[in-house]
Amino acid sequence: MSDIEIEIDGKKLLTQPDKMVIQVADEAGIYIPRFCYHKHLSIAANCRMCLVEVEKSPKTLPACATPVMAGMKVFTRSPKALAAQRAVMEFLLINHPLDCPICDQGGECELQDLSLGYGRADSYYVEGKRSVKDENLGPLVATEMTRCIQCSRCIRFGQEIAGRPELGFAGRGEHSEVRSYLEKSMLHSEVSGNIIDLCPVGALTSKPFRFTARAWELQQYPSIAPHDCLGSHLNIHTREGRVMRVVPRENNNINQVWLSDRDRFAYEGLYHSDRLTKPLVKKQGRWQETDWQTALNAAAVGLKKAGEGLAALSHPSATLEEFYLLQKLTRALGASFVDHRLRQSDFTFVVPASSLTLDELEKSDVIVLIGSNIQKEQPLAALRVRKAALKGAQVISINMQDYDFNFKVTSKIIAAPHRFVSELEKFNVNEPGKKVAVVLGALSINHPEARNIFKLAEKISDSLLVLTEGANARGAHLAGMLPSAIDERERTAYVLLNVEPDLDCGNPQGLIQRLEKADCVIALSIFKNDIVSEHADVIFPIAPFTETSGTFVNTQNEWQTFKGAASPYGESRPAWKVLRVLGNLLHLEGFDYTTSEEVRDEVKSKKTEITLASNGASFTYPKTNFSRIGELPIYATDSITRRAKALTDTQTLIEGELPVIRMHPKAASALGIKENNEAYAKQDQAKVRLPVRFDESLPLDAVWIPAAMRGTSGLPNLFGPIEIEKA
Amino acid sequence: MKKRLLQYIKSFTLWELLGGLMVTGKYFFKRKVTLQYPDEKTPNSPRNRGIHALRRYPNGEERCIACKLCEAVCPALAIKIDAEPRLDGSRRTTLYDIDLFKCVYCGFCEEACPVDAIVLTRFQDYHVENRGENILTKDKLLAIGDRYEKDIASDRAEDAKYR
Repeated sequence: MSDIEIEIDGKKLLTQPDKMVIQVADEAGIYIPRFCYHKHLSIAANCRMCLVEVEKSPKTLPACATPVMAGMKVFTRSPKALAAQRAVMEFLLINHPLDCPICDQGGECELQDLSLGYGRADSYYVEGKRSVKDENLGPLVATEMTRCIQCSRCIRFGQEIAGRPELGFAGRGEHSEVRSYLEKSMLHSEVSGNIIDLCPVGALTSKPFRFTARAWELQQYPSIAPHDCLGSHLNIHTREGRVMRVVPRENNNINQVWLSDRDRFAYEGLYHSDRLTKPLVKKQGRWQETDWQTALNAAAVGLKKAGEGLAALSHPSATLEEFYLLQKLTRALGASFVDHRLRQSDFTFVVPASSLTLDELEKSDVIVLIGSNIQKEQPLAALRVRKAALKGAQVISINMQDYDFNFKVTSKIIAAPHRFVSELEKFNVNEPGKKVAVVLGALSINHPEARNIFKLAEKISDSLLVLTEGANARGAHLAGMLPSAIDERERTAYVLLNVEPDLDCGNPQGLIQRLEKADCVIALSIFKNDIVSEHADVIFPIAPFTETSGTFVNTQNEWQTFKGAASPYGESRPAWKVLRVLGNLLHLEGFDYTTSEEVRDEVKSKKTEITLASNGASFTYPKTNFSRIGELPIYATDSITRRAKALTDTQTLIEGELPVIRMHPKAASALGIKENNEAYAKQDQAKVRLPVRFDESLPLDAVWIPAAMRGTSGLPNLFGPIEIEKA
Repeated sequence: MKKRLLQYIKSFTLWELLGGLMVTGKYFFKRKVTLQYPDEKTPNSPRNRGIHALRRYPNGEERCIACKLCEAVCPALAIKIDAEPRLDGSRRTTLYDIDLFKCVYCGFCEEACPVDAIVLTRFQDYHVENRGENILTKDKLLAIGDRYEKDIASDRAEDAKYR
């Protein structure tokens, strides 16, 4: 279609004919007031705030629902348009309470701003205002529905973007209210926090942030989300050096304007009472708070003594700089064992990089999900799959459990972990000429036969999107945070970078036993952890992503550098600085960095990606009745998220009390187990006792026992064979 | 010659001294303006801007709702407020400090307050003896409010018709 010319406020503009007046005006920088219009949502035209005068039209027209036509002349500030806008404003304010002083939206409220800009200064409305009953929408979103102006943005978000129509209109005319369906009241979506941003008034606000700060007190710093491998862009809002809330920052390649609840609300965990404030040194079995110099010296002595016997482990959410310096330190001391793949069990291959971006994923014709609970693991990537599915793409789910996704799954293969590879072998996509994308998630990566799964995936298509665990697994590969060779040698010393051994590992007891035998364990941790306290000799309090500079490399291979936003808590210091000073104390060469950018540039120039020889015996399952699905629960991904109270409460509401054994009712009744009975789960010599819940989405020969929970840390294998016994 | 004679007479009769004493005598019998502070005080206006107070509603509930408008409007940055939801879910301050050394007694906080919680009373005579006492905490402010509530209320009532 050829471009047409229209005129807005006397400005001649060239545009395409399929656009609405408001879109053209926005592009030209002409502001038209609006409440219900949002560029990522469908057009509702129910607030009427964007009324503009159009030449030859007898009435004013809503700019958001008026398509442009050649030669159209629009006036946004003509007396007729202004009168219409002022009248609409008056109607909107009829039932809006005057409680701005106690409203959290006060100061950043669209209604407040537009009432100042387009409304009347006084009111002659004396009749009573209506009030609306509030609902409890869970621990994340606070409601004050009397303030609602029925713009329906939250409703459209649920229906169109999140795929969970949890809110809707009830009643008609003046009695229409935004309610949750059947008053089920709890928001189950993992992106529900976005309705807080969408709400133009204070009807939906953030519950954890409630009443704690005002918009004008907050300083805004750009940052990157550290909780999944997408690296969503965020703005951190701080007050007096303390993180008060997190909001999305627009970025079209990754998160668009959205943010997952995990990225939005995990900040609550930052100031948990577990947070370490001072370096700790163990003397005669007792912890002593000390100064940095003493602690660093003690650590340096331990590291020097260890030499080749050193091993370094890191959580996959550390920054690129931290990974690089940790592996450089370890390798400079003559040791070679460094790793970040804490939950992985197949070490005979290296997880390949993605060859697909999210934008390409959205444009694919066939999407094959292999071992990925994408909606819980990377909620914003799931929104892209949903967009593709709405456009007509086929989504094939090859999983260990029949997940209830928020997009339509055209066909599915559900197989227990021990049958997973054989089922996958039988599968192929026969769609010549179509763009096929394969998405591999943590369930594939942590599977004992991961190498085979990846080989089969590559056969299906060469467009792979690998959704790794943690924020920076890709960065770890680039920084060389991988061992050059795997051996089962005992190590005499360990460095743990933000690892909680009982929660962050696939085989917690295995690591704990190794730590027990080691002479020296040095931990760099954000939070206190009982296992670390028991086995470590020195603990350094380190800064989380909000208080340090660093780089995350996301699954699309984008290097995203961020700076610290908040002031350090207690005496905590950025881990890269701690590692740098340790390097200096050990008189190692090349540890004279002054900024984290220098470290990043060194990694960039080196380009040393470790490639492991893909040999070694592959794991084969013994004959078994059951295998375990050791999935990571949605809000147990890292140490910060696990301590965010609102998120863990939400997890309990969505998933029920965890940990539990979930199994198919038929499989359970064959063993004589009733729902809510307790049962033993046995793997090798380990045994845990947990309550049983029924779940019909599981295959008959698999049981779901979550990872990253204290109650299941006794089990050594996330996807291994398992025995279930009635307790 | 005549001038000189007059000077002699004035000198010997202590004329100028008497002139001076006359001024003294005049003021001696005139009505006094000196006030015997602190026993006596000058009258002041209900609009007087003295020490701050936080008011309560008649049922004893504190008025302040932690909207932080006073903090925002304060030109001297003398007010510091922290807020969080109280157990009953209402919006309340957990910290409300006014630094008397910073305050310029402009009264903007009172004008900004949507619930007439923070007020400047007509009481000006107060002092601090130790460092730190210049910070009026929430408890102190509420205590001042409780103590002078009657005066504060009557002052506001008197001034209401001009607002």
